[in-house]
Amino acid sequence: MGFIWFWLVAVMIVGYVVLDGFDLGVGVLHLFLVRTETERRSTLASIGPVWDGNEVWLLAGGGTLYFAFPLLYASAFSGFYLPLMIVLWLLILRGVSLELRNHIDVGVWRALLDGLFGLASALLTIFFGAALANVLRGVPLQADGYFFLPLWTNWQPGPRPGILDWYTVIGGLVALTALTLHGALWLTIKISGDLAERARSIVTPLWLGLVALTAVSLAATIAVRPASLYNYFNYPITFIVPAGVVASLAAVWLFNRAAQPVKAFLSSSLYLFFMLAGACWSLYPTLLPATTGSANDITLSRAISGPHTLAVGLVWWSFGMALAVCYIVFVYSRFHGKVDLGVSGH
Amino acid sequence: MTAELIHRLHFAFTITFHYLFPQLTMGLALLIVVLKSVAIRTGSEEWDRAARFWGRIFAINFVFGVVTGIPMEFEFGTNWARFSRLSGGVIGQPLAMEGVFSFFLESAFLGLFLYGEKRISKLMHWFSAVMVFLGSWISGFFIIVTDAWMQHPVAFDRLPNGQFEVLSFWQLLLNPWALLQYAHNMTGAVITGSFVMAAVGAFFLLEGRLQNYGRIFLKVGVIAGVISSILIIFPTGDMHGKYVARNQPAAIAAMEGQFKTESGAGMVLIGQPNEETGLIDNPIVVNDALSFLIYGTTKAEVKGLDQIPQDQWPTALPLLFYAYHIMAGLGTWFALLMIVAAFLLWRGRLYSARWAQWALLLSFPLPYIANTAGWMTAELGRQPWLIYGLMRTSEGYSNTVSASNGLFTLLGFMGLYALLGLLFTVLIYREISNGPEPKSAAAIHAN
Repeated sequence: MGFIWFWLVAVMIVGYVVLDGFDLGVGVLHLFLVRTETERRSTLASIGPVWDGNEVWLLAGGGTLYFAFPLLYASAFSGFYLPLMIVLWLLILRGVSLELRNHIDVGVWRALLDGLFGLASALLTIFFGAALANVLRGVPLQADGYFFLPLWTNWQPGPRPGILDWYTVIGGLVALTALTLHGALWLTIKISGDLAERARSIVTPLWLGLVALTAVSLAATIAVRPASLYNYFNYPITFIVPAGVVASLAAVWLFNRAAQPVKAFLSSSLYLFFMLAGACWSLYPTLLPATTGSANDITLSRAISGPHTLAVGLVWWSFGMALAVCYIVFVYSRFHGKVDLGVSGH
Repeated sequence: MTAELIHRLHFAFTITFHYLFPQLTMGLALLIVVLKSVAIRTGSEEWDRAARFWGRIFAINFVFGVVTGIPMEFEFGTNWARFSRLSGGVIGQPLAMEGVFSFFLESAFLGLFLYGEKRISKLMHWFSAVMVFLGSWISGFFIIVTDAWMQHPVAFDRLPNGQFEVLSFWQLLLNPWALLQYAHNMTGAVITGSFVMAAVGAFFLLEGRLQNYGRIFLKVGVIAGVISSILIIFPTGDMHGKYVARNQPAAIAAMEGQFKTESGAGMVLIGQPNEETGLIDNPIVVNDALSFLIYGTTKAEVKGLDQIPQDQWPTALPLLFYAYHIMAGLGTWFALLMIVAAFLLWRGRLYSARWAQWALLLSFPLPYIANTAGWMTAELGRQPWLIYGLMRTSEGYSNTVSASNGLFTLLGFMGLYALLGLLFTVLIYREISNGPEPKSAAAIHAN
């Protein structure tokens, strides 16, 4: 049961990153790529009907984590208190600025809201990447299962780290680059004309940056926590996951070059999936490693909920998520194809 | 200030601000379905525009509700870690179910309702409105289930490590406390929706513009308002109150200011509870009324605070007393005002009775106050318990998060929410002054 729920939570995280990832990326990009108000409106219309649903994956994932692994939820959320509160503020600013620009027709205010939207999107990707890196690096867990991290200490991933150190900053940059690329590929699907060309041409530099950062982050992860490799050497078949990272990265470049935007976008989704799955597998069965000695690790068996909770949960969770996937497919199919401002009245 | 107080204020402040938005969206969602249904049945373009107008108001409220709602789920972990660690297996379920069963539904169909009207059929557009309504009401249900378990824990067991474990999924969802509280709470949301709709209608009529829409809003608002204002008192409020009296005697005694156990207990309408003397200062009392309301006979004995150990008294007793009386007093006003307005509507005089329109216009903030006061009554009445009878509030907050860090983020939220409140007011005012008529082509272009 623990194995199943570990991967179900991982599925929710992947779902969140792949889906909200592209609208975060569009948020970052629209600051640089867009030249006219019409282009900006098309760009925002490409995520308008779906961003809120994408964000639901974060909430539903949080809820799933909460009841399946209450100890992990309690420990990580209180330990990462300050960065999570900043994430909340950014999510608030981002949601409000995106949705309300359509209700305001004063240019200055719109410019402010657009700037806020882009900035909040960029900072969120960095925080999410850094958060994942914090989990991979480990935190100074005490014997009672709790910890508290300051935002930064000496920027070194030692036994008393902060949220931000050189390693977690790399994680943040990987996320920023990967999701900006993901957003650019989304725009090549949804937008036509000049803007789509610009989105397509920005893919190459982003891609090169991502290749370099992916390599650096993999090497850094092994250096910071050598135990990350244990599962891979114990089950060599699982080296298929890093192979998948490389293959999907290559596919992004090839499909974008061949002007096949949907395939390029799906490849980028696969890249995100392999990166996250690889990270989860490097941890399993640990959920949150301790920098204070592995006796303090929060492990699957230590954090898991009671058996009846999990059994009941599996029934409604499967049913509910099957339903949710139906709505999501339906909505995306209604809004398929290029954005047409003429029929997206609001 | 102690860490416990800061964490309590943190949750109280963010949830109070948050609930200003869902109470309107849940109420409006129902009324939009009504408008949209009439539009479909009669083919009336006016009712369709009315539905679209309220859809825009709904959308703004929805966004504010979403962005202020995300912190609530997080705060269980960030600010109430020790509570979450032990209770996650139980209340994590309804919270996760809210995401899985309600938010996906609501967000998907709201996207279709707002952006997709030209991409889907008329019937599908109506169906989207119904789904948004369902999603928001399901969401409310799961939140009430969560709260109800803290108020009245059922169907649980404790694991060797102290964690709570669900014994029966259906008993958790069908907790009698949850069903009563849900009925009462959703009626309260419909009251907010009706009063806001009626107030906008009254505003248009008093201004002498958009009169046809003003009449639609007034009619729908007053009909829904009179039904919900009666239902909030009887049966939902009455039944919920009796259930609280049976299960949380300390809460009901503090709400009513009943310091001493007595038969033929009176009901205090106004007064100030004095914890030192154990009396109500400056009381206005209706004799025997409390005994009658709780037990159905004027001579029944009502348990007072004197029978309850002082360390189990609600910690903010005067505030609880006032919150309850504000809720009950405003509830009485809602019923009176709406019955009069409904009578005028029936006699065909409401559209010309300017005094009644003024009363409706000025009353729109009151349901917000009443709903907030109602929630304060429920949550302050639960104190000093976090999980009633099982876990004290002082045992539940995150003791690794210092008072200083808690205050830092509380102040951050206060600043941010002050900004949001300002922005919200401007946007809603603008949307209401634009009114339901479609903008001219030039205006759309400028937009």
